[in-house]
Amino acid sequence: MQVEITVNGQQRSDDVEPRLLLVHYLREVCGLRAANVGCDTTSCGACTVLMKGADEGGTGRGGTSVKSCTVLAVQANGQQVTTAEGLAKKGAGEGGEGLHPVQAAFRQEHGLQCGFCTPGMVMAAVGLLSENPHPTEAEVREGLEGNFCRCTGYHNIVRAVLAAASSGNGAAEVGNAAAGEERAEVGA
Amino acid sequence: MIPAPFDYVAAESTTHALDLLDSLGEDAKLLAGGHSLLPMMKLRLATPAALIDIGRLTELIGIRSDGDELVIGAATPHAAVAGSDLVRADAPLLAHSAAQVGDPQIRHRGTIGGSLAHADPAADLPMALVALGGRVDLLSQDGTRSVAADDFFTGFFETSLEPGELIASVRVPRQPGAAWGYQKFVRRANDWAIVGAAAINGRIALANMGPTPLRARAAEQALADGASPAEAAELAAEGTEPGEDVHADRDYRRHLARVLTRRALENRT
Repeated sequence: MQVEITVNGQQRSDDVEPRLLLVHYLREVCGLRAANVGCDTTSCGACTVLMKGADEGGTGRGGTSVKSCTVLAVQANGQQVTTAEGLAKKGAGEGGEGLHPVQAAFRQEHGLQCGFCTPGMVMAAVGLLSENPHPTEAEVREGLEGNFCRCTGYHNIVRAVLAAASSGNGAAEVGNAAAGEERAEVGA
Repeated sequence: MIPAPFDYVAAESTTHALDLLDSLGEDAKLLAGGHSLLPMMKLRLATPAALIDIGRLTELIGIRSDGDELVIGAATPHAAVAGSDLVRADAPLLAHSAAQVGDPQIRHRGTIGGSLAHADPAADLPMALVALGGRVDLLSQDGTRSVAADDFFTGFFETSLEPGELIASVRVPRQPGAAWGYQKFVRRANDWAIVGAAAINGRIALANMGPTPLRARAAEQALADGASPAEAAELAAEGTEPGEDVHADRDYRRHLARVLTRRALENRT
């Protein structure tokens, strides 16, 4: 079946099998490998991306967080999908400039250990801050309950999300970056 | 894990969905958020020949008040139910139970109609609907019918939905200010209830104490007869035949039903 999906701001048209999962579409058809397949059972959140209907307004600027292992690519037909590759501005450097505020905060606060959960964690955090720009620590912990870090590095992750929120531009730039024109080169 | 092959059709309207249900027959399944169906398909526990996608039909999405009831479109996601000012004001037990489902990502996709059609006896929304005394509006080529929550759940993952029918909406009574309690016992965050209990206005519903969500009728009767919450809760497991699994045997589930019912009754807000 032919699907038209806007991935990280780039409109695509692909012929996919109905049973193709969104995470496999992103990884194998689009060549975007940030979203990981962790548990494959809607539990761990490593495959979290943002999804938004073309007709949807609302507060979730980049869309709402979803687990792409439990969405069919055909269900995303006509929608916008944002992965971690779509957050940073084009040409984000090794010094951290150009990173999305949530990415920068994860870098600053060392909100990762092995890094496997990180893309999903960052996308869940971006979704959380677009819905609730100034969460309490408890709200951050509950807001990330769908994402597992098996290194158990939660303290720094929570600190990173709170830092992104308190930087004041976490919420605003969440929307700008996800809908921005300048973004990192995507593969394939 | 990858589902077995199937055909996919995005329905353009509920009328179109009903036509497709008729023409494709019982091998077709309705898909909304897919957060019960797709996991089952990935495990090959379900292998429908076709999926009819009703998840983006605006006529099935939304929340409104209709007289003394709230009407919630079947394809309304849990997050929208949990966050709705209308639901929070007039049916706070429903808003709370929707906020208990899974995690934020799951609540963005999973729908109230899907959860009820899936009819997992351990799930939040079936128990909430029974506690609230809500009902489910069903649509078919032959017209509509409305089924009370007590009659909708007929067995383990079974409902009174007939072939060719879809859930159009869910109705719950508007009860602003009514005291309610909600308890569930889980092994880990986000897990299904080992046992759950919900109480409002003299009605008590239990999750995972049998093949369907159940009313704790002996406890309800005791309350009506003037028993204290603690006395009534002692009767919560009367007549139940809960299943046994790695988490809990039958006696332990009955113990949980009594404890959680007491907590639900004593902590009504």
